[in-house]
Amino acid sequence: MNNNQMLITVAMLVVGTVFTRFLPFIAFPEHKPIPKVITYLGLRLPYATMGMLVVYALKDTKLTESPYGIFELLSLVVIAVVHYFKNNTLLSISAGVIVYLILVNGWI
Amino acid sequence: MKLKALKAAFPLTLPVLTGYMFLGIAYGLLMSNQGFSIVWTILISSAVFAGALQFASIPLLTAAFNPIAALLLALLVNIRHIFYGIALLGKYRKIGVKKNIMIFTLADEAFSINVATNHPPDIDAGWYYFFVNLLCYSYWQLACFSGHLLGAWIPDDIIGLDFVLTALFFVLFLNQWKKKENRKNLLVGVFATALSLFIVSRAQFLLVAMILIVGLIFIVDPIKGESHEQ
Repeated sequence: MNNNQMLITVAMLVVGTVFTRFLPFIAFPEHKPIPKVITYLGLRLPYATMGMLVVYALKDTKLTESPYGIFELLSLVVIAVVHYFKNNTLLSISAGVIVYLILVNGWI
Repeated sequence: MKLKALKAAFPLTLPVLTGYMFLGIAYGLLMSNQGFSIVWTILISSAVFAGALQFASIPLLTAAFNPIAALLLALLVNIRHIFYGIALLGKYRKIGVKKNIMIFTLADEAFSINVATNHPPDIDAGWYYFFVNLLCYSYWQLACFSGHLLGAWIPDDIIGLDFVLTALFFVLFLNQWKKKENRKNLLVGVFATALSLFIVSRAQFLLVAMILIVGLIFIVDPIKGESHEQ
């Protein structure tokens, strides 16, 4: 590709991305009443989407070969336990990441 | 007031800083190894600002010219953003012109913090969410830039630091889990995405997951008389 073709390709990436980000706000502007079904989804998607993101973040975990996702599972359990007792977001994240790094890098 | 909002937003973005440094440096290094000039890394990181797409688009940038494929890839990888917008229609109201910047910088991590946390009561909501997004955006620019420039000198013998972003999503998920009425929709998201990951090819699984999510929401949590506020 020459520079112009590169630039057009990048522009396409930008257009596609910007479109997905702005679409809901353009389709449902503030000055117009929002359709009931969108309001309905808007109250539920914050949770369903967070569930989606958790799985999305784990999508490259290989369950069929060693270590079968055990490192991820253990780290998530550590996060859940620490979060249950301490309820401190940054502490829970740090604990989970440290356990994951130890497991995945074989530091023990 | 703005400074207070920035201070309130900063701590929650620390996991994002860690994860972005790791991933952004990897991206910059990859771009430089592929022989791209740093101008391209800066242009793509600042104008596209979508990690998954940036990685996925490298093969496209090194292949024959195919702008339609680039557009389709961007739409397919980023279709999840549509849910982010719908979920934030309520929170992103009445915040003025900066709303456009917030939408432009609405990546997974900024979204997750926007949607799952509430601004401290004495702080302006608009500025709080604005700074969350702006900080995340800045971290990504810094990381991609330094990865391209210095990637070869940055030690890469630690693997798995990007797990910090998974951990962030999971903890925000747990925070939402505390309220019983949220749980069925959280589970809908997990179930639908996991199911579609198993049955559909990698390229389309997000689209299928999103359709499943909408269908399942209608089934497990049907409309009751309700007004809009989150």
